[in-house]
Amino acid sequence: MNINFKKMLAGALMLSTSFVVTQAFAASHSKETIKVGVLHSLSGTMAISETTLKDTMLMLIEQQNKKGGLLGKQLEAVVVDPASDWPLFAEKTRELISKKKVDAIFGCWTSVSRKSVLPVIEELNGLMFYPVQYEGEESSKNIFYTGAAPNQQAIPAVNYLMDEIKVKRWVLAGTDYVYPRTTNKILKAYLLSKGVAEKDIMINYTPFGHSDWQSIVSDIKKFGSTGKKTAVVSTINGDANVPFYKELGNQGISSEDIPVVAFSVGEEELSGLDTKPLVGHLAAWNYFMSVESKENEEFIKTWQAFIKDKKRVTNDPMEAHVIGFKMWVKAVEKAGTTDTDKVIDAMIGIEVPNMTGGTAKMLKNHHITKPVLIGEIQEDGQFDVVWQTDGEVAGDAWSDFLPGSKDLISDWTAPIKCGNYNTKEKKCLATAK
Amino acid sequence: MMSLLKGDRGGQIFLVLLTVLAVLIPIFNLIIPEGSAFHVSTYTVTLLGKYLAFALLALSVDLVWGYMGILSLGHGAFFALGGYAMGMYLMLQIGDRGVYGNPDLPDFMVFLNWEEIPWFWHGFDNFWFAMIMVALVPGLLAFIFGALAFRSRVTGVYLSIITQALTYALLLAFFRNEMGFGGNNGLTDFKDILGFSLQSDNTRIALFIASAIALALGYLSCRAIVVSRLGRVAVAIRDSEDRVRFIGYRVDRVKLAIFTFSAVLAGVAGALYVPQVGIINPGEFSPLRSIELVVWVAIGGRTTLYGAVLGAFIVNYSKTYLTGVAPETWLFALGALFVFVTLYLPNGIVGLLKRKGGKA
Amino acid sequence: MSHGHLFSFGRGVFFLAPIFSNQDVLVMSFFSMKNRILPFLIISLILLFSSSSFAETTNSESFKQALELLQSKSYNKKGKAIEQLVITKDERVQPILEAMLKARLFYTKEDKITVIGKKHDDGFSLVSVLDQKDLGVLSKSKLKKIKVNNKLRGVLRASIATLSLSSPDADKRLSAVKQMLGKTNDTGIAFLKAHLKSEKDTAVREKIETLISINDLNSSDKAVKLAAIKTLFNDLNPETRNQLETLKDSDDAEIATASQNALKNIQKKLGFYEKVNTVFFGLSLGSVLVLAAIGLAITFGVMGVINMAHGELIMLGAYTTYVIQQIMPNHIGLSLVIAVPAAFIVSGSVGVLIERLVIRHLYGRPLETLLATFGISLILQQAIRSIFSPLNRAVETPSWMSGALEINPALALTYNRLYIIFFCLAVFAFLYLIIKRTSLGLSVQAVSQNRSMARAMGIRASRVDALTFGLGSGIAGIAGVALSQLTNVGPSMGQDYIIDSFMVVVFGGVGNLWGTLISGFTLGIANKFMEPWAGAVLAKILVLVFIILFIQKRPRGLFPKKGRAAES
Repeated sequence: MNINFKKMLAGALMLSTSFVVTQAFAASHSKETIKVGVLHSLSGTMAISETTLKDTMLMLIEQQNKKGGLLGKQLEAVVVDPASDWPLFAEKTRELISKKKVDAIFGCWTSVSRKSVLPVIEELNGLMFYPVQYEGEESSKNIFYTGAAPNQQAIPAVNYLMDEIKVKRWVLAGTDYVYPRTTNKILKAYLLSKGVAEKDIMINYTPFGHSDWQSIVSDIKKFGSTGKKTAVVSTINGDANVPFYKELGNQGISSEDIPVVAFSVGEEELSGLDTKPLVGHLAAWNYFMSVESKENEEFIKTWQAFIKDKKRVTNDPMEAHVIGFKMWVKAVEKAGTTDTDKVIDAMIGIEVPNMTGGTAKMLKNHHITKPVLIGEIQEDGQFDVVWQTDGEVAGDAWSDFLPGSKDLISDWTAPIKCGNYNTKEKKCLATAK
Repeated sequence: MMSLLKGDRGGQIFLVLLTVLAVLIPIFNLIIPEGSAFHVSTYTVTLLGKYLAFALLALSVDLVWGYMGILSLGHGAFFALGGYAMGMYLMLQIGDRGVYGNPDLPDFMVFLNWEEIPWFWHGFDNFWFAMIMVALVPGLLAFIFGALAFRSRVTGVYLSIITQALTYALLLAFFRNEMGFGGNNGLTDFKDILGFSLQSDNTRIALFIASAIALALGYLSCRAIVVSRLGRVAVAIRDSEDRVRFIGYRVDRVKLAIFTFSAVLAGVAGALYVPQVGIINPGEFSPLRSIELVVWVAIGGRTTLYGAVLGAFIVNYSKTYLTGVAPETWLFALGALFVFVTLYLPNGIVGLLKRKGGKA
Repeated sequence: MSHGHLFSFGRGVFFLAPIFSNQDVLVMSFFSMKNRILPFLIISLILLFSSSSFAETTNSESFKQALELLQSKSYNKKGKAIEQLVITKDERVQPILEAMLKARLFYTKEDKITVIGKKHDDGFSLVSVLDQKDLGVLSKSKLKKIKVNNKLRGVLRASIATLSLSSPDADKRLSAVKQMLGKTNDTGIAFLKAHLKSEKDTAVREKIETLISINDLNSSDKAVKLAAIKTLFNDLNPETRNQLETLKDSDDAEIATASQNALKNIQKKLGFYEKVNTVFFGLSLGSVLVLAAIGLAITFGVMGVINMAHGELIMLGAYTTYVIQQIMPNHIGLSLVIAVPAAFIVSGSVGVLIERLVIRHLYGRPLETLLATFGISLILQQAIRSIFSPLNRAVETPSWMSGALEINPALALTYNRLYIIFFCLAVFAFLYLIIKRTSLGLSVQAVSQNRSMARAMGIRASRVDALTFGLGSGIAGIAGVALSQLTNVGPSMGQDYIIDSFMVVVFGGVGNLWGTLISGFTLGIANKFMEPWAGAVLAKILVLVFIILFIQKRPRGLFPKKGRAAES
């Protein structure tokens, strides 16, 4: 009996390895194709957000192939799993570019993964599309940022709270990492410049995955009880949000008393939590699933058909990938080749329709134009748009509100061709590599 | 040196292999042109370099676990500290080539409005100072920690768990941006080491060779300890601590010496790892990573030093390979491997090889 | 499409008073100090409108009109509709507003009938608001929800509060008065004073009196001011504090000293309640730690298995809760009750399976159980990811677990935390009884103390091992049910608890249930007391350093096992 069991286990192990091997073979059938690297974590802590983006990419590539591919060739997705392990991101990037010979990479979510990839992608002169809203303060020749820069999300949201909701006191709450740190720094400078007193701003940082919010929420409650209208600007990262909102609800803080505007809570995050205590709280994004437009309707339909789930939601980073992919396709067609340098040059100025009825344009600083939308969370996990900018806002790589970067611009066209050009000293800070 | 390896056939084979690798890889990478079937890509070189650093780390774990019975679940901390020391040196080498062009401050400090470089960064612009710190910081931490723990006779799972607490506390601390180590992003975007660009193939090969040499030296020194009187007392402690104490040995001192040495070794491994992968961040302190380390050693086979090296190579290679070809299912395979090895290969893969060898 | 002013009420705090006498409709407004003018206009209009003699006859017309207006897309118009509805003082109004607030107010796409919906398996079962007719069940796609935004929500809540003042239910009246706190002005106070005459309930009376006193702090009459300060000497409402803050620098020395004294007294009280609150926070954090660790106290503490898959067993419990909620979506509370035994069974069976297949082969090699269970934890995580997707799952909280028990304005204990503290103690008691009072428990103790001796006495050690491991795992599953109410349910949730669990067990002393309980609560409270001055992260680091140092002093934890078995 004992022996039998051992055999069984050995058999299972063999089976799993042979499965792995066959999968490997299946992947290596080839005619000539254009390879697209997909660098999103499928395991570990970030799998929760990034898996969807991998699926989005697979869908886009399938769609493009149905349309006849690109430059007469079929596209081939090369999916790897960097496993939420930051050094592994760098290693996988090297593998994708130098071993798998991909022509473009769509990937990363966290800032640290992008920072880890950056030196490799610059060294090997690769091409990457980064789809998530981030802290800015970066512009690489080899990366295109299709998510929002701080001026495309945080500042308009604060304006909305200040002008429409008449907020006078501010809690800037975030997870302790670079995106919230920078965003809050920018927001604080911005609020001070608008005449908000230092004592009316409370800044709080918590570790990743923070789950016990009792003390902090009670502090917020105290801070908000002075009679002045108070709001929370939340850059709290994914997983910590659920217990945060639950605690808010339980301690009796409703969205009318102290509204929370979040920059990292989207439809997908909402689908994983009980939305009752969140109703009425806000989020600022550049896309909502609930936006009514022809492109969006069609996108949702194809996505739900692709993923075989009629309830599956779409979100902002997905839209960013769609825009990035369409732009890349257009640029490759325009350049007539997948050669990195030529595609990079062709990218600038490319325009594609976004999902909210407007147009996304690739700018000289490798960021794009985006509308800013503010939505209120509804019980069904969707957002109702309550405010939006007139037209699109141009993404700004270097914030005007940070002392270190207010003189910097990024311009990847001749004659400047520089990611961090100091307009005062009239020189490029990064020596040419 | 030969006397050290007497009776250590596995070690002999390993060192020969390592030498061959250290000689052939540079030739295949630098001299044989790209496109040839024999060309070894830079990708492979950095990968192998990383494995070598991991192998050294596994060696350090094996020394305390296999030969002294201390299951440290916090060795990743020493590795990371060594890595941070190296990272700080590399960071200061960037100089004014950072995105803000500030000659004195690393980018993340400009970013957080720091006025001047914190005191604990002083001196790290000097390579040799940094190298001393690579050994000193992990060594000192291990010494203090060990001095407390071994004197109080904390043993077994209690010791394992507090080593885990140690690395967990460091993880949380390094996550904090106020600490001045770059928070979650850690240190990255390194440019050069000792004036050589980190992006050139020559530097990579040099780092690779350095790792190989460090591993060889590490192996020999571990071996020297193991065959010495100190090593034999350590094994005796592993098998019965109380008896060794009753005989009159100062058990805590033996433990402390070997534990500290092992931490230094781990720190060196970290310092070699960082320039090759290009980033160091608090993730290295994660307790799960330290547990993974122990798994490498177990899979290779503890109580043989070359077994630890083999384990590090096997697990990391399968990780590299499987995350590429089976991104959705690789965790099943890896998990099954762990279970299988513990159940059926109590002495690891080396045990299996020995058994086969014994039969033949 | 810049919305600009979506809709123009000042903070949505206008109140339309119900009748409290047999006079004509009396309408009043209670405004916050700001944004007074616009709502004032509205109110004057309302006054004009409703006090006219044909008000009664137009009311039903007006009601109908308002309903139509409610179906409009503009929030502005919806706001007007609400206002119009309230004026009609129709008894149908309050249920409409309440339904609207809960997003249960719809209109049919076909005939544009406004309806209140109740969740039903095939959509919603509907009742028309106009004539209370039952319209049967309609699918969601045939209905259009009447959406509300934040401002409307404020207006709705305020309107409901005002309507509730005439409610026969004293609790409703009380919460209505509470709603008005800090949002009243002189007109509102006048109205409340009038209402006070007919109010019988003492709690409501007290609340109204407090409100009036707070308002009196603004009075120009010095005597009234001083009297108010005196009555509010022990009042903990933040509004009182804010008002007193402005008075303490008053030119009038008498008022200044009086309010300073009152403030001092209030601060002292607040300080006390804050400590109580911190203890509560600590207890609740502690109970989470204990719940997460107590299963491990069995598998690790009693059996010596370093069970790295413990976190994943917790996760299985949480997913069981999710699955059961999916099966019975209309009975959230009941599903939670069922989930407790179900999670025990699921996690327990997986535990037995792990023991039988893997751990059984590893007895006597405790450190190796760590490696094998680490592998198992990877497999379980990935399995959940494959089955349920890597996304988090939404587990709903039943209504009896949300909200807080308000003891006074400065101290409110949240229900979910309260329940979890009790639940934790109940689980502990259950486990304790099993170990101490049942024959299984005796066998477990015997086997853990001396395996071969126990076998010699006729105990089937291998069966006991399997059951013990199953018990520990099952308890982990139960912890998962509780945690699903506090935090995320996702594939890697177990990882967040595994390290803390080991710390708790080791700190308490391996093999001692009481140790685990006390250690969990101690660490929880210590953490919460340090958090205010050290911050969340530093507090946690300090706790870890404390554990490391403590183990140096007492190498076997708080409550070490005694006797010979302890040395092995």
